[in-house]
Amino acid sequence: MATDVETRVDSRLTVGAKIPFKWVTLFIIIGAVLPFFLEGYSTFQGTLIMIYAIAILGLNLLTGFNGQFSLGHSAFYAIGAYTAAILVYHLDWPVYVTIPFGGIVCFVAGFLFGLPALRLEGLYLALATFALGVSVPQILKSSHLEGLTGGVQGLDIFRPEVPAFLVENFGLTMDQWWYLIVFVIMLFMFWIAWNLINSRTGRAMMAIRDNPIAARSMGINASLYKSLTFGVSAFYTGIAGALAAIVIEFVAPDSFTFQLSILLFIGMVVGGTGSIWGAIFGGFFILTVPNFAEEISTGLSYAIFGVILILVIYVMPSGFAGLVNLLKMRVKKMF
Amino acid sequence: MYNGRKLTFGLAAIAAMGMVASTAFADKMYGPGVTDDSIKLGNTMPYSGPAAAYGQIGKSTAAYFDKINKENGGVNGRKIEFISLDDGYSPPKTKEQVRKLVEQDKVLLIFESLGTPTNSAIHNYMNQKKVPQLFVATGATKWGDPENFPWTMGWQPSYQTEGQLFGAYILENVKDPKVAILYQNDDYGKDYVHGLRGVLGDKADSIIVAEESYEVTDPTINSQMIKLKDSGANVFFNVSTPKFAAQAVKKFRELNWDAVFLNNSVSNSVGAVYKPAGLDNSKGIISLMYYMDITDPANFETEAYKKWSKFMDEYYPDGDKSSAFTAYGYLVGQTMEQVLKQAGDNLTRENIMKEAANLDLELDMMLPGIKIQTGPNDFFPIEAMMPVEFTGEKFAPLGKVVSVN
Amino acid sequence: MDLFLQQMLTGIANGAIYACLALAVVMIYQAIDHFNFAQGEMAMFSTYICWAMIAGGLPYWVAFFATIIISFIGGLAIERIIFKPLHNAPVLSHIVVFIGLVAIFNSTAGAIWDHNIKTFPSPFPEGSFGGLIGLHEVGMFFVTLFLLLAIFCFFRFTRVGMAMQAAAANPASAGLVGIRVGWMLALGWGLAAAIGAVAGMMIAPIVFLEPNMMLGILLYGFAAAIVGGISSPGGAVAGGFLVGIIENLAGTYIPAIGSELKLTVALVLIVTVLLFKPNGLFGKTIVTRV
Repeated sequence: MATDVETRVDSRLTVGAKIPFKWVTLFIIIGAVLPFFLEGYSTFQGTLIMIYAIAILGLNLLTGFNGQFSLGHSAFYAIGAYTAAILVYHLDWPVYVTIPFGGIVCFVAGFLFGLPALRLEGLYLALATFALGVSVPQILKSSHLEGLTGGVQGLDIFRPEVPAFLVENFGLTMDQWWYLIVFVIMLFMFWIAWNLINSRTGRAMMAIRDNPIAARSMGINASLYKSLTFGVSAFYTGIAGALAAIVIEFVAPDSFTFQLSILLFIGMVVGGTGSIWGAIFGGFFILTVPNFAEEISTGLSYAIFGVILILVIYVMPSGFAGLVNLLKMRVKKMF
Repeated sequence: MYNGRKLTFGLAAIAAMGMVASTAFADKMYGPGVTDDSIKLGNTMPYSGPAAAYGQIGKSTAAYFDKINKENGGVNGRKIEFISLDDGYSPPKTKEQVRKLVEQDKVLLIFESLGTPTNSAIHNYMNQKKVPQLFVATGATKWGDPENFPWTMGWQPSYQTEGQLFGAYILENVKDPKVAILYQNDDYGKDYVHGLRGVLGDKADSIIVAEESYEVTDPTINSQMIKLKDSGANVFFNVSTPKFAAQAVKKFRELNWDAVFLNNSVSNSVGAVYKPAGLDNSKGIISLMYYMDITDPANFETEAYKKWSKFMDEYYPDGDKSSAFTAYGYLVGQTMEQVLKQAGDNLTRENIMKEAANLDLELDMMLPGIKIQTGPNDFFPIEAMMPVEFTGEKFAPLGKVVSVN
Repeated sequence: MDLFLQQMLTGIANGAIYACLALAVVMIYQAIDHFNFAQGEMAMFSTYICWAMIAGGLPYWVAFFATIIISFIGGLAIERIIFKPLHNAPVLSHIVVFIGLVAIFNSTAGAIWDHNIKTFPSPFPEGSFGGLIGLHEVGMFFVTLFLLLAIFCFFRFTRVGMAMQAAAANPASAGLVGIRVGWMLALGWGLAAAIGAVAGMMIAPIVFLEPNMMLGILLYGFAAAIVGGISSPGGAVAGGFLVGIIENLAGTYIPAIGSELKLTVALVLIVTVLLFKPNGLFGKTIVTRV
């Protein structure tokens, strides 16, 4: 049936598992010291990768763990970004405070969109969300909202200086400071996702994905869980959007076209649908591979990107996380 | 490093004062990306995605630098290394690529980057970092603001300027004008409308009887055209990109609309618009030009065209000789060359901006009487245009060059 | 009244564009039980092939039918070469492959034939009915109806057509009764590509040929297919006309919408229809078995 979102990640590996402390600690240490060895530009790219990872994780919560398609997450990314930008630009709010607000506004938007979306499944939902993704840039441009959104010209955001004591003691640059903020937020968001998935709620979410009718008959309020998941997913993406607006210091409708939705979707599948940490690989993929394709050939960069995508799906049809799981099992069998 | 050079610059200047003035600047002074035999210039373009057609601009500029590197050994003995990256017309990507160019590749300056939203995304960054953002390939008005953004400069006549010139044309030539406008729903379209309204002043609301916008995702603009004609306008002002302009020309004739057809310069091209729409259909269209239409056979015999054509054959053989973009890139490349020539051995970012704001240049492909002129308070290099009427074969000048000043 | 009539007819003309592509969308859906997001780009590429043949000196109709055959083989080849090895991959991975195909076709067409618009000839005489609707649009309307009839007959009256539906609806059982499911899929791809090629060649004279010509149209094509009901070719055509007409009339008569939010209207329309009729206006209701 087309309405099913198949996920082939072995559920034992994500559900009820313990956090592999060794690996996570290693990851945190590497992640935290990395900006001190990179130049400003690479640090900036690293920050963008983490922002994408947060957005992809949000999409994954919806699709990978709850079985709802979305090709419209650029809409939530845009709403998060514009919430932050408008609060800073028009109301002079401190930049830091706007980040959770971007998430909260998106949670509400996602929850509200999730309500009508309840009636839609699979393909239809994919299309409805796609519609959302396509219309949001148009609505942002619309003359009715121009005063607020700055129309096509977009809005600038200025970041405050890095706190003085950090500059004095550690020589922290703006790029490093925001890398670290995003890094901490990302860890926190991943930690929440992990706990969510391994809770009662998470099991209900996955039960709905695997067999909606059985889940309902077991007394799970499928409608509520589905809308809530939509909200949570939008919350994640909104946080990412707000961070992106601040780190790039600029928002414009053209930054949030449906191509962004498609990129996020690619990131999710390539990283591994239904895998939490796969999102980081997904973020890495969607930022670096287009650049790589461009280096091979400028005129045909899209074609090369397309070929790489297809090859990647050949090599790892269940994404990077799926491949790693497969290899792990092979290795286990060998010994 | 950079500050060190600035200091030596200062010391040299002081030392020079005591000596003969003319030798004062004989010392070489370099900003980032410059060596004794090379200069690195950066650029972003949409080489992929929906706006990829514009990529030809970057390719022809790159070809032009190949030419001067090969034929003249670069500018003042320094070869030009033109690094042009793809941003797919996405502002975040532009920011990423420009940071790469400035921070990793250490280019001297960024120039001819394409697009309004994309250039807006780096506008503040460039000015904070004090890196020249020269000759941006977009017609928004905000690029000519030396007071607040002394590191940014446009090149082509701004859309708003052109809108104003069209407004003046209407007031002068059409009796009892009633104007209907078709425009693309973005900054480009709105700037034109804004310029036109500005000139019409208080009468704008009574003169402009209908305004319709379209989205680039619209398959056709037929519905808009019908509404516009229905307004009873006697002037049709078309502010659309080539594909939609060609549709508009076709529909305009199909509807038997008896009005003056004004076409914006973005799609004023025989090869890209009038030929696809039908040369007969395009008769009588009035537009404003500032450089030669390379698809107009009347120009094929001119020296300027022959030179350009030879350049295309030799250095950009895949290039489309019927696309105005290739001539555009060629002209901007020449403007940049002139700035570097004028800067001589003093290739600091400050001096580049100083020389960019000190241009008085005539290029052979520009229409007679139209010059590239800038000054410390004038960051709009091209401000004059020539009204022309398409005869079905070529453009016939109407009167003389007009400008807003 | 004149304005109304004109907008109505323009709506129908636009509707014919959407309906044409929607048919290709429905066709592939019948075969693979899924949307093909690369449909529009495949149609665009086919149209370029036809354009190149005409530019090379072939008469229109020779190029027209040659393009249909080439597209059919191309569609078949894509299924056999790219999708066959991925039969067991998750659906989401298939979508990523579709996206990959979109990128490849779009970028390659741009690289081979550049990005300038090209005139594409129409097989119908020039001119219009009193300036109301072009003859090409009228011709296209009938081509769409003809395609619809052909598809209807194919699925209703031929063994292959029925076998294909069976293979899509229940591959396992279809395999058991002796239907070669793999080849049915390939056939579906081939037919969809061929119909897409016809759509492309009909649409190009109106919107001009360029690599991104299908970008917006495919969205409307999906909308039409969804509004009409993805399982019904007739519904898809009706959906196409409906979307075309409503979009134009709403853009003309509702000032708050204007031309600015036309696309948004089409999209709101999809969502609204789906809310009340989740299987589209003319779609069959699907009963899920536990």
